[in-house]
Amino acid sequence: MDMVNVTIDGRKLQVPKSATVLTAAKASGINVPSLCYHPELRPEGACRVCVVEVEGAKSLVASCVYPVNEGMVVHTNTPSVREARKMIVELLLANHPQDCLSCQRNTNCELQDMAADLGIRKVRFDGVKKNLPLDNNNPALVRDQNKCILCGRCIKACSDRQGVDVYSFAKRGFDTTVTPAFDVGLELSPCTYCGQCASVCPTAAIVEKDDTQAVWDAISDPSKHVIVQTAPATRVALGEALGMDSGHIVTGKMVSSLRRLGFDKVFDTDFTADLTILEEGHELLNRLQTGGQLPMITSCSPGWVNFIEITYPDLLPHLSTAKSPQQMFGALAKTYYAEKTGIDPKNIVSVSIMPCTAKKAEAVRPEFSHNGLQDVDFVLTTRELARMIKEAGIDFAAIPAEDYDAPFGIGTGAGVIFGSSGGVMEAALRTVVEVLTGKELESIDFKAVRGLTGIKEAALQVGDLTVKVAVVNTLSNARIVMDKIRAGEADYHFIEIMACPGGCIGGGGQPVPVCEETRLNRIAAIYECDASSQIRKSHENPAVKELYDTWLGKPLGEKSHHLLHTHYKAQVRC
Amino acid sequence: MKTVEDLKRLREQLQADNQIRHAAGTQVIVGMGTCGIAAGAREVLAAILDEIARLKIQDVNVTQTGCIGMCEQEVLVDIVKTDQPRISYGKVTADFVPTLISEHVVNGRIVEERVIGKITK
Amino acid sequence: MKHIRSHVLVCGGTGCASSGSKKVMDVLKEELEQKGLAAEVKIVETGCHGFCEMGPIMIIYPEGTFYCRVQPEDIAEIVDVHIYKGRIVNRLLYREPISHERIPNFEHMQFYKKQMRRILLNCGHINPEIIEEYIAAGGYAALGKALTEMSREQVVDEVKKSGLRGRGGAGFPTGLKWEFAKNAPGNQKYVVCNADEGDPGAFMDRSVLEGDPHRVLEGMAVCGYAMGASEGYIYCRAEYPLAIKRLNIAIKQAMDMGLLGDKIFGTDFSFHIKVKEGAGAFVCGEETALLASIEGKRGMPRPRPPFPAVSGLWGKPTNINNVETFANVPNIIVDGSAAYAAVGTEKSKGTKVFALTGKINNTGLAEVPMGISMREIIYEIGGGIPDGKKFKAVQIGGPSGGCLPEDMLDLKIDYESLTAAGAMMGSGGLVVMDETTCMVDVARFFLNFTKSESCGKCTPCREGTMRMLEILTRITEGQGREGDIELLESMAKTIKAASLCGLGQTAPNPVLSTLRYFRHEYEAHIKDKKCPAGACTKLSGYLITELCKGCGLCKKVCPVEAISGEIKGQHLIDQAKCIKCGACMAKCPFKAIIKG
Repeated sequence: MDMVNVTIDGRKLQVPKSATVLTAAKASGINVPSLCYHPELRPEGACRVCVVEVEGAKSLVASCVYPVNEGMVVHTNTPSVREARKMIVELLLANHPQDCLSCQRNTNCELQDMAADLGIRKVRFDGVKKNLPLDNNNPALVRDQNKCILCGRCIKACSDRQGVDVYSFAKRGFDTTVTPAFDVGLELSPCTYCGQCASVCPTAAIVEKDDTQAVWDAISDPSKHVIVQTAPATRVALGEALGMDSGHIVTGKMVSSLRRLGFDKVFDTDFTADLTILEEGHELLNRLQTGGQLPMITSCSPGWVNFIEITYPDLLPHLSTAKSPQQMFGALAKTYYAEKTGIDPKNIVSVSIMPCTAKKAEAVRPEFSHNGLQDVDFVLTTRELARMIKEAGIDFAAIPAEDYDAPFGIGTGAGVIFGSSGGVMEAALRTVVEVLTGKELESIDFKAVRGLTGIKEAALQVGDLTVKVAVVNTLSNARIVMDKIRAGEADYHFIEIMACPGGCIGGGGQPVPVCEETRLNRIAAIYECDASSQIRKSHENPAVKELYDTWLGKPLGEKSHHLLHTHYKAQVRC
Repeated sequence: MKTVEDLKRLREQLQADNQIRHAAGTQVIVGMGTCGIAAGAREVLAAILDEIARLKIQDVNVTQTGCIGMCEQEVLVDIVKTDQPRISYGKVTADFVPTLISEHVVNGRIVEERVIGKITK
Repeated sequence: MKHIRSHVLVCGGTGCASSGSKKVMDVLKEELEQKGLAAEVKIVETGCHGFCEMGPIMIIYPEGTFYCRVQPEDIAEIVDVHIYKGRIVNRLLYREPISHERIPNFEHMQFYKKQMRRILLNCGHINPEIIEEYIAAGGYAALGKALTEMSREQVVDEVKKSGLRGRGGAGFPTGLKWEFAKNAPGNQKYVVCNADEGDPGAFMDRSVLEGDPHRVLEGMAVCGYAMGASEGYIYCRAEYPLAIKRLNIAIKQAMDMGLLGDKIFGTDFSFHIKVKEGAGAFVCGEETALLASIEGKRGMPRPRPPFPAVSGLWGKPTNINNVETFANVPNIIVDGSAAYAAVGTEKSKGTKVFALTGKINNTGLAEVPMGISMREIIYEIGGGIPDGKKFKAVQIGGPSGGCLPEDMLDLKIDYESLTAAGAMMGSGGLVVMDETTCMVDVARFFLNFTKSESCGKCTPCREGTMRMLEILTRITEGQGREGDIELLESMAKTIKAASLCGLGQTAPNPVLSTLRYFRHEYEAHIKDKKCPAGACTKLSGYLITELCKGCGLCKKVCPVEAISGEIKGQHLIDQAKCIKCGACMAKCPFKAIIKG
């Protein structure tokens, strides 16, 4: 790598030629304050908080976009830099609701942190402020443009990362906003509710719709039997929102916390993840054997399902008809579980804890209701659960771990890896290969499909068939693969697609901030969960076996067809 | 247009047409006072323009002037060439115009017998 | 066929067109035909003469008589008296504001006499819709010379040696810019002409585009040859429909003649030009925003580096100059850099076109040599301040510029001197203000402009200009606070230093320069709640002096019954009730009511 010599605040160092002043300063131990900059998004130099002095430059420069060059001398902490920085943050505060104490992002807001770090004690401007209506006509996300600082991160997360392009700047000057085309609400835009915008938003301008009060209400209603399922990816991220480093596995603490909160039963989505593998795996086998539509594509990620319904409706026959684990759980909760426990389904409230904002929208899809009852009543994101735990005063660090309740609390290692990109594929292969060959796998680790790479491909010899698979994360990568399918250039048999980077561990409902390091730590934790599981193949899950034996019959059977499979249709927005 | 030479030739040809917007070598001035017009100045002016056009003469401006008080000599036509005195011709008629133009304007020979005055600046 | 003895030039520029030149031309044509003069008199529709205030303008050759404010009803007289009888229609001649003399020939008018018309040479003197007129005036000789006699390096070198600097505002050396673009690696490169002229009151680029479009095309083609670009874009604001029309006509004519297109003059050089219409955002004059707009994106600036010379339009090396800059190029190539650089100051060469507006007798476009003093422009070309008022300041450089006071009038104008004085060359807007202009209000006016035109991308410009405007508005309304001046200064410093693009970096200039030279006016507003110029309505009351005859008209006209007094007695205004509408002052027949 080409290196150049720079001097930052009097310290000489060598940095890569491709570095910016900001990354060079970081290498020198200085975190230049910044707001619009996000290490994973294309820098714009828009907020100007990161300005520094570069000798020879005619004005201050935005360090996040300014390239280093040989011999450059940088000062990051001069009176004029400090004055400019503070003035800029003060200007942002002057046009920002001063309601920090009652804000959803209170204590977890980059603007708030910045104001505190820079020691801003007074906002000297008392002029007009933005006064724009709330966008909350969708089940998943709430946009409060009055809290928007126009950093543009959401625009880039949505366009560059997700290839969806919902947001853009509109109007100019002081009236500038970030909004969908024609200033419509998200429900009329091509938004998939993936929530990546919310996870990069530095303030509370885009947040998950908060459903905690409804859940509190259900819990405190004595006539209700409130059960909860926890998605695989939540257990490796919840700790972050409760003062822990990333990568901690907090499954047991989460379970005990949920019990303290008052849930009657605490179950695991891993259970229905295993069930999904059996249904989806058999669907794949069926398609392979009967010449069905290939490649078959997974349907667990509701952001992805929205995306294909909005953008590639012609390719919907490729989608597995299996419901997502959340919805399989929901369907069983008010049928099988109700029957087994003798509780009237009307009195069962089914809650799920998800790393995902799109799950909120998935739960309210009309096809996921039976006899007037919604299969999953409330979906909380990992962030919302963390807030409930805090509200209840639970000392998360100290609380002892507990186990899930039976029978839906029994999951396998195959179920837990659903939380990471490649996990559904790996879990499916563990089952499908054994079913196809009738032989036990020597190694059940399919490492080629793991990790953060956007599009991963693998080929696997199963008997005389070379099974070709692809694993895709983020919707912009999905676009690439879908275009290939549309063009007839994709010869895969099975594709796993997850809307979010790294899969559900990088979901839009997970604790923020998040960066690649966080995601890698969460992934490592997920595979640790898998490795330490006693059972690591879905078809060996005893609770699943019992479910088929006693109630469902067989995968793709009559009952499965009604309860565990669904259909898709094109969504026309705006 | 293929070459720079083409451009140059075109320019030279075109410049002649717009010569009028620049000082010319010869000025032909026709007296267009009421007296002049009554004596046929308009016809004389038209004849001058026709003749200049017929002979494709460049570098000449035709202008008019009002009555200069020698009404009985109308139509008066003055010709001024660069660095030469202003020559006035009296009782100019359309018939005389071709002679006047070819002799004085083209060949620089003053038609002495019709001259009624000379003004040296 | 008759010899054409007279050319009647009628200005068809936007200014004159809006004051009725089309109708004038139609009536003239009709009248000439009726009088049987059509065959010997030619009507030429020209571009702008730069003296739009006096429009519609007509020049009659060979005399060179300059008629102004010609109305259709004047045509009969012009034809009868001037064209038929050769006598001058005195009443339509221009009258010098100071001597009140009628001037028959434009070359003798003070407004034109002091000018040095190089870029505007053809404007108003040729028909811009006929390429032959440009060629007759020496057009495309520069392109011919560059392509056949000079290497690309020589062209760049010649422009470098000429000392030409960008006429769009910042004054970056043009030759250097061309060299960067020439040396940037890449097969596909672009030449872009910035015709998004947006400074309030500035219209020199429009004038050139309307009056002499081929000059700009030629300059661009020379640039394309020098840097190795085969395609050019002219980004012209859609509010210039006539300029766009004439550019398109000019491009077509040049293509038809082979002066643009493939293998020009039989060489290997090909050059095509497209006109791209801008949608009217001031910020699109900023080069990176302009490029984004051409690409079909939102017109927002992006940080530099990379500079457009390396990564510009569609990511390719691109050279961007403004209209006036390109218009200088043919002269440099034809006459040589030495002749070009003979005019001007040490660091600023050639001429510059200024747009004179405001409280000045002759408003219009004036092309003057660099190094001329502001006094010469304002008093000799501009004819001084009307109505015997006193000069107070001149705002130079548009919304990015600054206000200079009387003791700076002898400043020799060039890029450096203006910047040092707290103004800037900008595109060359020159707004003259007299004693009735409030300098806080002027700063507020320009801030309002930049605030409205900020693209909204970067915080200091988006939020900062709004807050500065609010503070300035407050001050002009008598709500100024102790500390406002210091706050304005601090904000101005940050906005200048930290904004992303030139718009924000220069937006505080009007405030800073007025604070520098007219601080006492701010203080009067804030501390004494007085507007010394009497311009801020909320701060100035109306007083009835002893000139009052007691006619009672003011009392009658006052909408809020703030005036009391008996007939034939002295009247009085109740300041508490007065809403400062000024109706009483307008009505008073004895000029007894004054602002104060």
